[in-house]
Amino acid sequence: MGDLLWIFISALLINNFTLSSFLGICPFLGVSDRVDTALRMGLANIFVMLITAISAWALNTFVLIYAPYLRLISFIIVIASTVQFVEMVIKKFSPDLFKALGIFLPLITTNCAILGLALFQTTKEYGLVQSLFYALGGGGGMTLALVLMAGIREEARILDIPRVVHGTALSLIVAGILSMAFMGFAGLFSSK
Amino acid sequence: MNAIEQSGRAYQELIKGIWKENPIFVSVLGMCPTLAVTNSAINGLAMGLATTFVLIGSSLLVSLMRKWIPKQVRITTYIVIIATFVSTVDLTLEAFFPKIHKELGAFIALIVVNCVILGRQEAFASKNPPWLSFLDALGMSVGFIIALLMLGGIREILGNGSFFDISLFGSHFEPWVIMILPPGGFLLLGFLLLFFNWLRAVRLDRAKLEAEKVKVQHG
Repeated sequence: MGDLLWIFISALLINNFTLSSFLGICPFLGVSDRVDTALRMGLANIFVMLITAISAWALNTFVLIYAPYLRLISFIIVIASTVQFVEMVIKKFSPDLFKALGIFLPLITTNCAILGLALFQTTKEYGLVQSLFYALGGGGGMTLALVLMAGIREEARILDIPRVVHGTALSLIVAGILSMAFMGFAGLFSSK
Repeated sequence: MNAIEQSGRAYQELIKGIWKENPIFVSVLGMCPTLAVTNSAINGLAMGLATTFVLIGSSLLVSLMRKWIPKQVRITTYIVIIATFVSTVDLTLEAFFPKIHKELGAFIALIVVNCVILGRQEAFASKNPPWLSFLDALGMSVGFIIALLMLGGIREILGNGSFFDISLFGSHFEPWVIMILPPGGFLLLGFLLLFFNWLRAVRLDRAKLEAEKVKVQHG
């Protein structure tokens, strides 16, 4: 149990996907101008990551031991099609949930955080339960970063900021400061 | 189209990626590998070369096959083509340059989802003949390498006091460790973009001033 908690906290805070591994920067810069959109994007991300964790685990266990060189291609195709399939199922059974998350799903499918999760879980040789906790932590960490960023950008809109700083430059500098703050979490498990 | 016009167009396609439409500084695409691997100049260069190979290879192939790829599944086809090239690079690096492969880690595999590459297939290679696509891919790659080298070089010089592993400042230099850590990547790229924005703003103001002067003289 302690092991699972460690995986979760580590992916959530210490090795935060966005702020310390640089995964999923595109949504982080693109969809972070309003808190509620950012939150929904984050939730959709967690959802896709959980699906990814399961599919990558299944592929690794049952298929790729026979053909490891097909890893990249099969990861991408299987993850993309599974997400599309689940999207259809959700659309049919829960239109409300689809409305909340739906538009983000195709955007996320080939996001580097998703493929990164599948690859990292392979190199770390996680089992199914460990992978699920890893996905939950990673997705949660991205949501946290997205919402924090969106909150800051909402505030920044009413501030008097020089014209040249607006846009991506501002977001990146804010991200740098956030990333510095997250470095503080590295001391969290110093006894480990 | 006569020969001069044609070579002029080819030149335009080649040159635009290097500065005017630089994938990183202007389009702000492909951020993940850009920030993650540029903690030293050599890593930036390795990543740039790997991306170049994938981009040129897949641009050529997509452009050759552009008439046969069905519209509905084009994105999937592009991704499969790109993933094939990336797998080649990944396995080659692992076999011949294990040290660099280890340092870049999963980010070699993540070239697949680099939006610069998919973007060029969708925006250019799928609509243009192979030789123009090749030039376009080459220009974009050179732009990408320049940006990666710039980021990697500055981060290595400030954060480690060296350039391509050659020590620059002697033993008295106190390295800015933050620059080779994740926050340094975000901050440096942020400040570089800021600098370019400022440059553009200054140039725009100057052009406006010139235009006004001309108007006054003629009026």
